[in-house]
Amino acid sequence: MKFASTLATKNMRRRPVRTAAMILLAAFLAFSVFAGSLIVASLRNGLKSYEDRLGADVVVVPYEARTHGQFESILLQGIPGMFSMSTKDYQKVLGREGIGAAAPQFFLTSASASCCSVSVQIIGFDPELDFTVQPWIRESYEDKLETGDVIVGADLNLPTDREVQFFNTRCKAVAQMEKTGTGLDTAVYCTMDTIELIIRNAQKLGFKAFDNVNPATAVSAVMIKVADGYAPEQVAGDINIHVKHVQAGQAANMFSGIADGLSSVSGIIRILIIMIWILAIAVLAVTFAMISHERAKEFAVLRVIGASRNMLSRLLLTESVAISAIGSVCGVAAAALVILPFSSLISTKLRLPYLMPGAGTIVLFAAGSLLVSILAGSLTAAFSAYRVSRQDAAFTLREGV
Amino acid sequence: MELKATKISRQYRRQGKGTNIFTAVQETDLLLSSGKLVEIEGRSGSGKSTILNMMAGILAPTTGKIELDGQDLYAMSDKELSLLRNHRIGMIPQGQTGLRALTVLENVLLPAMLYPQEETGVHKDKKEGQKTSGENDLTARALSLLEQVGIAHLKDAGPDELSGGELRRLAIARALIMNPGIILADEPTADLDDENTRAVLSLLRKCADEGRAVLLVTHERDAADYADQIFRMDKGVLSPVTV
Repeated sequence: MKFASTLATKNMRRRPVRTAAMILLAAFLAFSVFAGSLIVASLRNGLKSYEDRLGADVVVVPYEARTHGQFESILLQGIPGMFSMSTKDYQKVLGREGIGAAAPQFFLTSASASCCSVSVQIIGFDPELDFTVQPWIRESYEDKLETGDVIVGADLNLPTDREVQFFNTRCKAVAQMEKTGTGLDTAVYCTMDTIELIIRNAQKLGFKAFDNVNPATAVSAVMIKVADGYAPEQVAGDINIHVKHVQAGQAANMFSGIADGLSSVSGIIRILIIMIWILAIAVLAVTFAMISHERAKEFAVLRVIGASRNMLSRLLLTESVAISAIGSVCGVAAAALVILPFSSLISTKLRLPYLMPGAGTIVLFAAGSLLVSILAGSLTAAFSAYRVSRQDAAFTLREGV
Repeated sequence: MELKATKISRQYRRQGKGTNIFTAVQETDLLLSSGKLVEIEGRSGSGKSTILNMMAGILAPTTGKIELDGQDLYAMSDKELSLLRNHRIGMIPQGQTGLRALTVLENVLLPAMLYPQEETGVHKDKKEGQKTSGENDLTARALSLLEQVGIAHLKDAGPDELSGGELRRLAIARALIMNPGIILADEPTADLDDENTRAVLSLLRKCADEGRAVLLVTHERDAADYADQIFRMDKGVLSPVTV
């Protein structure tokens, strides 16, 4: 073994450019697997988180909000938006059949002005009726939310005094939510009482967007859990037929669009990985075949001085394992440096829910990628190693004189 | 020590228009004994190297057998035969055979790197009571061999920096590093000038005088002066030459 490792090291050093090129190819293998699997896993995590957080069977929003994609933009990309439905429409929705539970929410956008600490999406909910937001809030805050209390999304930076201001309304950030990988990470949550206070202050400041909003009854969206015996499709259809100016959609359909997007992104990533692998493995295999051909006489000399067939195979395989291992470590490290710090950018570019797995899973992915890449890289030399071991030393020495 | 070939022959199957058999070595016997230098002379392509390769354990004869002290070489497993080649046979192959990734000194030491020393029995051929040498002794021995073949000053050079003659001398030193009982030299003086040719032939003679069995395959006319027994190879037929 000492012979194989010593000679392999010296052979690799003798051709630094070729060795570096092969290490680079092995690095591509590991990079593509680790980066690809991490992105796909993050997208899957994001979709799961999105499904979990929405938590409703049917979502009802004003017609314009749905047709302009405002609602999805808020949830997916964190693009702040504000819309509301009339109290009459809200009441009509509540009056339809098949509604087991209905929770109103209000979506409000703070302004990029001195009256507001930051321009964000503020989501108000009714603590008495809500069944979608509070289960998640309880993960980070168990006490009752008072008027003026807010809970901020994972991606927002809190000031040290934890005080934020929206339209001159001083609010206290009592907790921060866990990361979801969706647009909700840049949102602020509060009760409808706080929303009412903020709207009144905004109206006092003269913001025209709030002219037609009744602070006491404002509703942007209604989250519905259907009653037993009813299908979400049936309830959504009933609302769409009988209530004008609103659009009811099945939550599952919202996910299916995202799932389609995720599927196509995953598909592209998979194709890229396969292409990189085919190319890199082919080049590595050809390179090892060339090396074994170029060094045929050296292998014959090794046979003459007493190397067994297995030792020759081991020599070539040691070189390939060393190259694959060095390349794979570099590839995984490079992927970690690219994917981990730039996850927000990737999420923005993909426009899909994107939630990085936990550290343990990332370490597992890294270990798996290393293993697969080292194995694949090493196997590229397997055929050459076999051929070298079968080589006729006497014939080679004669040919190579 | 005795390396004995009995009724060995070697045939090759030639691929071309139709398949035909080419006999490189006709059935023959050959005996190499301790203390004797046997020379085989003959033209290129006469089958000299083929018979040497068979004796070296790297080319199985088509018929017959080759025994080292009664042990049939080609009945052994590859591992056993490789180990035997490593510590009992020192072969100087044709052509330039330095490994380019290694220095001259490392090339000479290469046979000693293949197996752990206790497994190789590096010193089996040494006289009883002789101290088993370690790595330092091997290096000292390698340097001494390089000195004997006249390239000690090139010990840190790479094979690419050596002339053809210097590379031949490297191969000779490498063949002797394990202190083998049998030396098989295939054209060891090719590319060497007269002075170095004499030095190498003297070295091989010295090997025989020290108790090794030496087979020398060469074109060199002067080699006959160093041999105990001379054979001529002609079209695969080995015949003794009366000195």
